[in-house]
Amino acid sequence: MILDSKIPAGPLAEKWTKHKFTSKLVNPANKRKYDVIVVGTGLAGASAAASLAELGYNVKAFCFQDSPRRAHSIAAQGGINAAKNYQNDGDSIFRLFYDTIKGGDYRAREGNVYRLAEVSVKIIDQCVAQGVPFAREYGGLLANRSFGGAQVSRTFYARGQTGQQLLLGAYSALSRQVANGKVKLFPRTEMMDLVVIDGQAKGIVTRNLITGTVETHAAHAVLLCTGGYGNVFFLSTNAMGSNVTAAWRAHKRGAFFANPCFTQIHPTCIPVSGDHQSKLTLMSESLRNDGRVWVPATQEIAERLRKGQIKANDIKEEDRDYFLERKYPSFGNLVPRDVASRNAKYVCDEGRGVNETGEAVFLDFRDAIKRDTRKIIEQKYGNLFDMYKQITGEDPYEMPMMIYPAVHYTMGGLWVDYNLMTTVPGLYALGEANFSEHGANRLGASALMQGLADGYFVVPYTVGDYLAQLAPKPVDDTHPEFARVKEEVQNRINTLLKINGTKPVDYFHKRLGKIMWNECGMARTEEGLKGAKAEIQALKKEFWSNVKVMGTNEELNQSLEKANRVADFLELGELMVDDALSRNESCGGHFREEYQTPDGEALRDDENYAYVAAWKYLGEGQEEELVKEELVFENVKLTQRSYK
Amino acid sequence: MKLTLKIWRQKNAADKGGFVTYVADHVSKDMSFLEMLDVLNDQLTEKGEDPVHFDHDCREGICGMCSLYINGKPHGPLQTTTCQLHMRSFSDGETITIEPWRAKAFPVVKDLVVNRSAFDRIIQAGGYVSVNTGGVPDANEIPIPKIVADLAMDAAQCIGCGACVAACKNASAMLFTSAKVSQLALLPQGQVERKTRAEKMVAQMDSEGFGACTNTGACEAECPKGISITNIARMNREYFSAVVSSDNM
Repeated sequence: MILDSKIPAGPLAEKWTKHKFTSKLVNPANKRKYDVIVVGTGLAGASAAASLAELGYNVKAFCFQDSPRRAHSIAAQGGINAAKNYQNDGDSIFRLFYDTIKGGDYRAREGNVYRLAEVSVKIIDQCVAQGVPFAREYGGLLANRSFGGAQVSRTFYARGQTGQQLLLGAYSALSRQVANGKVKLFPRTEMMDLVVIDGQAKGIVTRNLITGTVETHAAHAVLLCTGGYGNVFFLSTNAMGSNVTAAWRAHKRGAFFANPCFTQIHPTCIPVSGDHQSKLTLMSESLRNDGRVWVPATQEIAERLRKGQIKANDIKEEDRDYFLERKYPSFGNLVPRDVASRNAKYVCDEGRGVNETGEAVFLDFRDAIKRDTRKIIEQKYGNLFDMYKQITGEDPYEMPMMIYPAVHYTMGGLWVDYNLMTTVPGLYALGEANFSEHGANRLGASALMQGLADGYFVVPYTVGDYLAQLAPKPVDDTHPEFARVKEEVQNRINTLLKINGTKPVDYFHKRLGKIMWNECGMARTEEGLKGAKAEIQALKKEFWSNVKVMGTNEELNQSLEKANRVADFLELGELMVDDALSRNESCGGHFREEYQTPDGEALRDDENYAYVAAWKYLGEGQEEELVKEELVFENVKLTQRSYK
Repeated sequence: MKLTLKIWRQKNAADKGGFVTYVADHVSKDMSFLEMLDVLNDQLTEKGEDPVHFDHDCREGICGMCSLYINGKPHGPLQTTTCQLHMRSFSDGETITIEPWRAKAFPVVKDLVVNRSAFDRIIQAGGYVSVNTGGVPDANEIPIPKIVADLAMDAAQCIGCGACVAACKNASAMLFTSAKVSQLALLPQGQVERKTRAEKMVAQMDSEGFGACTNTGACEAECPKGISITNIARMNREYFSAVVSSDNM
């Protein structure tokens, strides 16, 4: 099978304009005859649902949370990139495109990334018009800051709560369409499966989380805006409920899963404190604008620090190793996330970690406070400092923060073409749920940009193009395939409830997370990955024979919800390992220890691995088939990424 | 640490519900409050008892999903969300009482989980600027004085958790509603629909069964995001001026 990315021909800067013109349109009076399902109400889902409803389509929007406003996009802190060049510092659409392609270590499509950069400018306009209170300068115009992996200031922000404000903007647009009757909202409703009829996505099966009722919903098109799968690691910065189930079930119904092993480990998270830990908290990357990352210069000083004999502030300037500034003088503390994370791991592996577990480095604001005053630092990062103090009990104005890398984002996801359509016609994937724009590593402040680009400005055109080819006839769920899939869903629920083993769901989830973190995390080896595959297979077997799920289906049952999600994580985990094993190179967040430069940087193999690895599900217990989409670079030259 | 937990258990909306006492040993000071409940739930599951249901998601104090009325205070003793509360705020041997939000407009779903969809309906009544996607002016064509943008942001920080309602003797939703009314009344983008917005949102709030403002300021004192009651004063001004000069409703 050959994967067709459907990237339009022609010059890079004209592709999207041309594509919009050649896309078919649905006549305004006919739009109300089409139904669209949107699963997930984060930035991608809420913006898509609102925009499609504004156009006149009938939208059904689903989320597992009690309100669409809770989606995990809300937790994004730092900001959103846009090539506005308001700062007159040399930014342009091409530069944002170039930075994103390079930051992704040349494993993303030129056409998609250029379109993202192109529409980025419209996102800011849209959000401001909605009343999103972005930070402003005294003259009343928008403020910007710089972010990792970029040498221009193109990041727009709303204090440390940019994701919240953007999501509430999209949620307000969605709420307006709910009031208009164009969107029907289904909160506390989880997608359990996809219904495919004659090769086209025709609807979904859901479970009402309050009553347990399993229901079917038909539509002309289905959009998955269900976020990433970082929770396969158990500990991540994702929300507790974030899961892969919708995407995974779609995968098993024919949607290829691309680059699953590309996960982003974020360098600035609060370190793990104990076995009870349920999630990790991110400290925004924006902190690296003013904070300096360091560890003690020697193992001996680090040891005294860990034993509590000395404090961070006792360590003299000459005994501190500002390792990012030392190794990467031009980007310093603002190197991209993968580079910053890997280097934190190196210094900790050398025995220079700074907390009790030896797995933490300092992020120090002493010099920034001296330079700018405490008041300025408070204005910029006050809420983040408060959060840090709340969680750790230590005051970052007085003592340097301690940070360590943690799983944050997944660049991999459902394979989509230029239209954001998966390999199942009529099924789309938007935002973090797809694989398309960030290659092997995402730059900071680009996730918000992608989610909103997909929802506000891409899908309204591309879904229309697909719907225009379908007859404007009503759809319903009377086809026997709906009943068949519904029964499969019910059977699976019953099976989970009947196992009645001895261990709670989290027991398995934590073990899966450990395997993934150790062997498929910041550094990977062939041997480790092979071992991990066997361990995951054994764990999966044990799960299906020994998990204990309390309660019944016909009630709010949080352990059943979790069990259903973890069962899918167990299958996904194995595919991630397969993917990491098959990619014999290092790129971005995928670091195979066998493939590195003499100074420890990722060593790509463009000759053999400049492709998207799309995986095709072949059936229960069978190895998945790898289908390659070769990446073509016509506008950038592939170089060794250097931030020195 | 060893703690005694008195937790509200209620099978479903129809059930009467009541307190059940549990003993939690092996609680560490570094645990978050919700992690303490996670451990309890794993123990209950292993014993074959139904785990305690509670709402939570991001666990970083921003999604607004977690609730819990802890020792008579929404989100417990600190001015944070429950997910940001850590066990170091409690002492060994303490008895902790945990209840759901109590308000007519927030009916209990199960145990500590309540239905807050009334908040969504208040936003649907007018908590937006009516602009469609596309066709909007360049972002910098709408200059906004920094002080105004900052005030709007102060109000916009509301996470919709409902602690203000839970804290209020009248279960009033004035703080929640006024935060959105204020944000949009302050900003130039919100001017066109300023009057209808105030009228419609207040009308929806009343029809959901939330009570009137007590003027005690309990909402502000318990709000994990520090939303100020000056927003309520602003909403009252907005509402009364809309009512007397209405060209809308």
